[in-house]
Amino acid sequence: MSEHLDHEHEGGPKNDYEEHHIVSPAVYATIFAALLVATGLTVGASYIEMGVFNPIVAIGIAVIKATLVVLFFMHVKYSSKLTKLTVGAGLFTFLALIGMTLSDYISRAWGRW
Amino acid sequence: MPDSPAIAHDELETGHPAHPSYQRHHFATMDQQADATSFAMWLFLLTEIMFFGGMFTAYLIYRNWYYPAFVAGSHQLSIFWGTLNTGVLISSSFTMAMGVWYAETRRKQGLVLCLIATFVLGLGFLGIKSIEYAEKIEKHHVPGLHYSVKSFVDPASDKAASEYGDKPLALDMARHTELYFFLYFAMTGMHALHMIIGICILGYMIFRARAGDYTDGHISFVENFGLYWHFVDIIWIFLFPLLYLISRHA
Repeated sequence: MSEHLDHEHEGGPKNDYEEHHIVSPAVYATIFAALLVATGLTVGASYIEMGVFNPIVAIGIAVIKATLVVLFFMHVKYSSKLTKLTVGAGLFTFLALIGMTLSDYISRAWGRW
Repeated sequence: MPDSPAIAHDELETGHPAHPSYQRHHFATMDQQADATSFAMWLFLLTEIMFFGGMFTAYLIYRNWYYPAFVAGSHQLSIFWGTLNTGVLISSSFTMAMGVWYAETRRKQGLVLCLIATFVLGLGFLGIKSIEYAEKIEKHHVPGLHYSVKSFVDPASDKAASEYGDKPLALDMARHTELYFFLYFAMTGMHALHMIIGICILGYMIFRARAGDYTDGHISFVENFGLYWHFVDIIWIFLFPLLYLISRHA
């Protein structure tokens, strides 16, 4: 938001909307390549026997991929504080709901597995 | 005062400052309108996260309860098709992102091409998904009256199960594979429904983009549709490892 305000003072009240941050094709291409590499990595990792770490690595890579999509394809890195807060609040609520549900299921039959 | 979409208002006629024709009267600036629209889109996506989140949570809990059944069920999925589809979907996200860039830089030709590419890749994803669904139907792995546990009580009779060296499951555990496939179809089916809705909207956008829309400086629709399309991509980014990959060695 602050950058928009600066522009208003400099350029007068023409179309402010044009001045929003434009992510360059080079950034998109880099993220695209990174996502393809990460997909290859996660498939490759699933062929390696790692015991309990197989799901952890798979979900870890998925989280990294999702973060790249949210930050760059969805422009959150360049968005207003309102958007960032919205995304953060959504993620927090989601994790809280999943966390509470899972902790309930884990603890109900505690010691009787 | 009626809101005319056709012409930008002139200050003298309307008694308020001139503004682009696509700016609604209840917004002070175009910036405010764009921010409000994008905020609304994000709020909608948060409800979508909660919607899919419920299914992800159910999957996690049932996978822990009926672990052998979920492992055996997961072995029925083809990692080849899953990986290919992930590549197709990520590519469509890339073409969509490029479409937003073409709209931002007001290049009609590029925008139309990107939207068409996204449309085609989306259809490609659904095509591959239908190949996978057809195999499930043939093997009676669709939950319901015709569900068959044969692949799980007698893995030697099933190509995919014998490749993994699956041990036969007891009948009560084998029946829980139906729950795996229920969640598989619920999650991938809801994902596919989102793709179908997205593809329909893409078709509409291709028509409007050809007529010169979105490249006149008013890109909210393309931008917010992009958010939706990338969101659908993110859901698949999590579905793919959870359904296809994590049970390979279990």
